[in-house]
Amino acid sequence: MVEFLQQMVNGLSLGAIYALIALGYTMVYGIILLINFAHGDIMMVGAYVGFFSITMLGSNVFVALLFAMLACAALGVLIEKIAYKPLRNSTRLAALITAIGASLFLEYVTIFFLTPQQRVFPAEAFPMHQYQIMGLYISNKDIFIVVLAVILMIMLQYIVKRTRAGKAMRAVSLDREAAMLMGISVDKTISFTFALGSALAAAAGVLIGLYYGTINPLMGIIPGLKAFVAAVLGGIGIIPGAMVGGFLMGILETMVSGYGSSMYRDAVAFGVLILILLIKPTGIFGRNDSEKV
Amino acid sequence: MPSSKRQWLWFLINIVILAGIFTLVQYMIATRMLNQYYQINLASMCINIILAVSLNLINGFTGQLSLGHAGFMAVGAYVAAVCTKSMDLSFIPAIIAGSLAAALAGLIIGVPTLRLRGDYLAIATLGFGEIIRVILQNIEEVGGPAGIVGIERLTTWPYLFLATVITIIVIQNLINSSYGRAIISVREDEVAAEMMGVNTTWYKVMAFMIGAGFAGLAGALFAHYFYIIKPDTFNFLKSFDILVMVVLGGLGSTTGAILAAIFITVLTAYLQAFPAIRMIIYAMILILVMIYRPQGLLGNKELTRKTFSRFWGGSA
Amino acid sequence: MTILNIQNLSKYFGGLSALADVNLVIASGELVGLIGPNGAGKTTVFNLITGVYQPDQGHIMFDDKPLEGLLPHKICQRGVARTFQNIRLFKDLTVLDNVKIALHKDVSYQLYAAILRLPTFVRGEASIEKEALHYLRIFGLEDKQEEIASSLPYGEQRRLEIARALATRPRLLILDEPAAGMNPQETQDLMELIRWIRKEFDLTILLIEHDMSLVMGVCERIYVLDYGQIIAQGVPEEIRNNPRVIEAYLGEEVS
Repeated sequence: MVEFLQQMVNGLSLGAIYALIALGYTMVYGIILLINFAHGDIMMVGAYVGFFSITMLGSNVFVALLFAMLACAALGVLIEKIAYKPLRNSTRLAALITAIGASLFLEYVTIFFLTPQQRVFPAEAFPMHQYQIMGLYISNKDIFIVVLAVILMIMLQYIVKRTRAGKAMRAVSLDREAAMLMGISVDKTISFTFALGSALAAAAGVLIGLYYGTINPLMGIIPGLKAFVAAVLGGIGIIPGAMVGGFLMGILETMVSGYGSSMYRDAVAFGVLILILLIKPTGIFGRNDSEKV
Repeated sequence: MPSSKRQWLWFLINIVILAGIFTLVQYMIATRMLNQYYQINLASMCINIILAVSLNLINGFTGQLSLGHAGFMAVGAYVAAVCTKSMDLSFIPAIIAGSLAAALAGLIIGVPTLRLRGDYLAIATLGFGEIIRVILQNIEEVGGPAGIVGIERLTTWPYLFLATVITIIVIQNLINSSYGRAIISVREDEVAAEMMGVNTTWYKVMAFMIGAGFAGLAGALFAHYFYIIKPDTFNFLKSFDILVMVVLGGLGSTTGAILAAIFITVLTAYLQAFPAIRMIIYAMILILVMIYRPQGLLGNKELTRKTFSRFWGGSA
Repeated sequence: MTILNIQNLSKYFGGLSALADVNLVIASGELVGLIGPNGAGKTTVFNLITGVYQPDQGHIMFDDKPLEGLLPHKICQRGVARTFQNIRLFKDLTVLDNVKIALHKDVSYQLYAAILRLPTFVRGEASIEKEALHYLRIFGLEDKQEEIASSLPYGEQRRLEIARALATRPRLLILDEPAAGMNPQETQDLMELIRWIRKEFDLTILLIEHDMSLVMGVCERIYVLDYGQIIAQGVPEEIRNNPRVIEAYLGEEVS
């Protein structure tokens, strides 16, 4: 039982990170029906910005997070403007292929400038403490990750539900044409969505750096795919769905590597994806809509 | 209808051209005019053509975006390698076994996933491709993460040439038939195709199986040329490689896929020392082609249709 | 002899009733119209017959055999073909290929014969081509066989869609607003064409139409659907004078 709870605890912080990434996928999908393949790589860039602001500017973790989020918000908007906007009216296949292109671009430009080698995330930026509570080992890192993720999610909920920009987002995702007729700037709203999603991904990037202790230019791929699975699990396009899906994925993954083989850790994510797609493609919180003829 | 006499003439001319290419290259290899470096690239080129043409059947003609082609290549490579290495089978049965195994994998994966549409299908196939890789990593009998080493080099120019030509002919003849039109109708409008009596599910699965089978063929040739195969060779970046060829050449153009496969092979050879630059160029190709020419270089047109289609037997 | 017999057909979308207890009977060789205000559920009836949707209740008997549970391509093979309200041609293919695809269900050669280019393939393709051209000739599209379907003018696209449906050799042809977007002259020509098709191909036709002149002019019997229920049926004269129909169409002209 303790073993089980321990795995839960371990899964929680990983799940929080997945949830943060999944939110970006889900928001972007909700608004332009695009699987933003480059999202995991934006997270990677965020991790690097955080890394350099700690090692080169000597900033603390919070300042590093802030820098990473700002830089990635700008990067997200830029990618949307350059690569996705020209394709807004073309097929979804074309947009998806472009997104794959954007993903490869970020990965290999980073490799080109920063070499493919792994970098050690400075441990002194966040001194580790391990606590033992009721037989469970919990580190301050885990607590920090979960608390920060939850704070960011609450902020996101506030922005989406209570602000004008958030209302515009919801309006555009429901009906772009109608929103436009109501005087909402669709371009600005889409940019805002990318900025928000990318900022959350950047935060996740810094947290992943803390969690695993190392970063590399291809680090975004696998967590990105898993977070995507989390978004689909919760129901793509649905914000609370992404949060729940993220936590579920994190816990499931630690359970599998804890009880089964860690080699199968990555396969499990895809297995889950395929099962959901076959059983309920709209996800846990999704509604069923059949195609109109 | 063109007269059958003319058809025969074109057929003969094409045979002569193909035989000429074959003999010329064979002669250059025998007299060592083509050194090892060129031979390796020639092999890669043939394998890439098979991969691109077969993926184009799925992505281009059937309109189902598959991102798991490398997984099928892996199945073919592993099965064929086990056949020759552990089961002492000769090369041709091993190639056939590899292709059939990959086609079977295509069937098993295709039946459940092809119900999904568009981007969901893309992700599911990507997932299956990765699952195949992870499973191979966990089978100790085939070397786990280290893969199979010391596979005999049995793939020679005649095999490569023949396999490439057969792939192209089979897929072109399929596409230029009533079955091919049924496959294309799925891409054009699935609902309307279904209403016109086309069993769209079956044709999607069929195209997927055939495409996967040829990817397996490419894998079998690959394994017996490069001595060594490991699961990581067939990760999703390899699938993206093949996708780049298909997108660049034009979704739905076999000649486009062939030309793009040749171009990408040459590009890869030139940029061998700079893998990052190669991938950046790939990325730019994907983005720029989609923005400025989403139908690819050749669109769905075939190059020199008049001359080629006679031989490939199309009724133009 | 009854060819289509719909009994107690009901369909719900997310708890809302789209169709309730619809009964509709068509005899072999009849030309029947289905009319009703926007949103009455007409296209839903068509989608249920052709297998796009599955009914929640009721039966659809075609030739005394149920159609429920069959996939659309099976229903097509049984002899039901349709056109679509918003034209669904294979847009990027040629006019000829559009019709050839409809002929695929009766293809005479096997896949291996196509791959090996056996004589059966050559003969099969020749006969498909001949037959496809035959349908194009009927609809005056023979000269446009090599053109891309989406490049045709609107009226010709509608005709091509009917040609494609006929090429599946149906016994029941279902037309979903065939005159939508046509001018009065084109509508007039279409009426002639529909009558002629029925006679020439010995078909039963069911059509949805908004254009009342077309429905009243060409249909022998009319069903009126309103809010998912059949509110009237009869010959055009009866329908024109039916108070419930006039009420349902209040504001729209019934003449």
